Amino acid sequence: MMNNPWKKDFPQLTDGSVYFDTAATSLKPQSVIEAVNHYYHDLSANIHRGMYEAAVITTELYERTRETVAHFINANPEEVIYTRSTTAGLNMVSYIYGLEKLNEGDEIIVSELEHHSSFLPWQNVAKKTGALIRFIELNQEGRITVEAFKKVLNDKTKVVALTYVSNVMGYITPIKEIIELAHQYQAIVIVDAAQAIQHIKVDVKDLDCDFLAFSGHKMLGPTGIGILFGKYALLKELDPMEYGGDMNEDVNKDVSTWKEAPFKFEAGTMPIASVLGLEAAIRYIENIGIQNIHEHVTKVHRYALAQLNQISGITIYNKGSETGIISFNIDNVPSHDAITFFAEKKVALRAGQHCAKLICDWLGIYSCMRASIYIYNTYKDVDLLVETVKQAVEYFQELGF
Amino acid sequence: MTGLDNLYREIIMEHYKNPRNKGLVENQDYRLFRIKNPSCGDDITIQTLVVDGIIKDCRHIGHGCSISMASASVLTELMIGKSVEEAEKIADNYLNMVANKEYDENIDLEEAEVFSGVRQFPARIKCASIAWVAFKDTLK
Ligand SMILES: Cc1ncc(COP(=O)(O)O)c(C=O)c1O
Repeated sequence: MMNNPWKKDFPQLTDGSVYFDTAATSLKPQSVIEAVNHYYHDLSANIHRGMYEAAVITTELYERTRETVAHFINANPEEVIYTRSTTAGLNMVSYIYGLEKLNEGDEIIVSELEHHSSFLPWQNVAKKTGALIRFIELNQEGRITVEAFKKVLNDKTKVVALTYVSNVMGYITPIKEIIELAHQYQAIVIVDAAQAIQHIKVDVKDLDCDFLAFSGHKMLGPTGIGILFGKYALLKELDPMEYGGDMNEDVNKDVSTWKEAPFKFEAGTMPIASVLGLEAAIRYIENIGIQNIHEHVTKVHRYALAQLNQISGITIYNKGSETGIISFNIDNVPSHDAITFFAEKKVALRAGQHCAKLICDWLGIYSCMRASIYIYNTYKDVDLLVETVKQAVEYFQELGF
Repeated sequence: MTGLDNLYREIIMEHYKNPRNKGLVENQDYRLFRIKNPSCGDDITIQTLVVDGIIKDCRHIGHGCSISMASASVLTELMIGKSVEEAEKIADNYLNMVANKEYDENIDLEEAEVFSGVRQFPARIKCASIAWVAFKDTLK
């Protein structure tokens, strides 16, 4: 492979460390850092309020970003809500839709692949409304299949909350087919796109999803900003979750009114710098092209798997992963013991349950290590990873694990 | 010795492979406390029997990394026979040591001294602490 043309854009990588933890949070390119700095250094104004120049420019950039996001996921700008993160977006849906619309006996379909942020909000809704949670039975490989989905879908299904890409297994859910089926039963579908948005083209019109959430910080953007897409017809109907400044239209002692969507869902001062940084992140991704990103990740992933497959003494749980995520354990070594070895060698991985305990239970493990690959990872990074895995196997075997 | 060898000392491995006082007993006189760490999957329960201010028995069960398991085993062995007052003092001192805080080197930590290497691994402080924190809760 030729020199990686993108690595130089990431100032975090200059110390020689190797970063395989994009699934937790991606690195940030210089252009994103500059966009955030531009706000704090040159603007530092609030939006939708001031009449002075910095306030006007800030408002323009804030709303231009909404258009950039909308274009990126093929939505309309008024369907794009700024949130804190995927977690905040998914929770918001559970409040504004779940708690409002669901009743005893209604059913909510989820899967064991869900991140806790796509499962716990619905467990809460179920508890409070008397609705029932149903799990799609995963296939042998641990995938959500359309066939298995059909078995739990029925007239009582009101909500389907599923991950687009699993943060442990890296599988792509056949979400488009699932959405089509769910709509035949008048159920709405909420898509957790936190691990999809940085790897594959997400097109909300093509998917026809009702809600879809993702985080800026996993797609080269800043922390503190996420996006919740919602179909306008739904957003128009639903009440705000938070009340306060900027979201209202007219405030009176007796009754008050709200702005139109999406503004009624953005109460108070939003993370403006992070919004502007998110636009830079999307531009960065668009400049490379999501297809090129996917191809690069796939190449590096294949290269890694080919070598890891040769190592005895480790178990890989997701050899069919489609998004550069490798979840594995060194046999007989708890992941928190193993991870320390990698940290010492300056190879950044993650160990634990990855906020997805249900899939750990399904796999029959307490925890695992996860290496996740992105554009700045090279074959050389993989060589170091593989070498470190081999050393770790040997080291822990010698210790008597 | 490399940093990692400082962590994985022989005594620690020995306790990990042959844990002492493992398994709980069915007895209402024991006080029990369980701590789960959802980020790493550690899950430890400590069970303590106190009679007349003396720790007569101390047991543990659970799963987790070698450091958390071994520290539970060392804990139970060390605490049996101590007075509650002594035990609390030792536990506090141990917790300060692994967290790289100031601690009293005159208090004898006995075998638990081997966990001093944890100080160089801030990410592992929790692993070495979890059983000891649970133990303190059994004394409350
Ligand atoms: C699949 C998935 N969903 C949701 C989340 C939650 O994202 P955040 O922590 O940014 O809210 C994550 C990230 O940890 C994830 O991987």
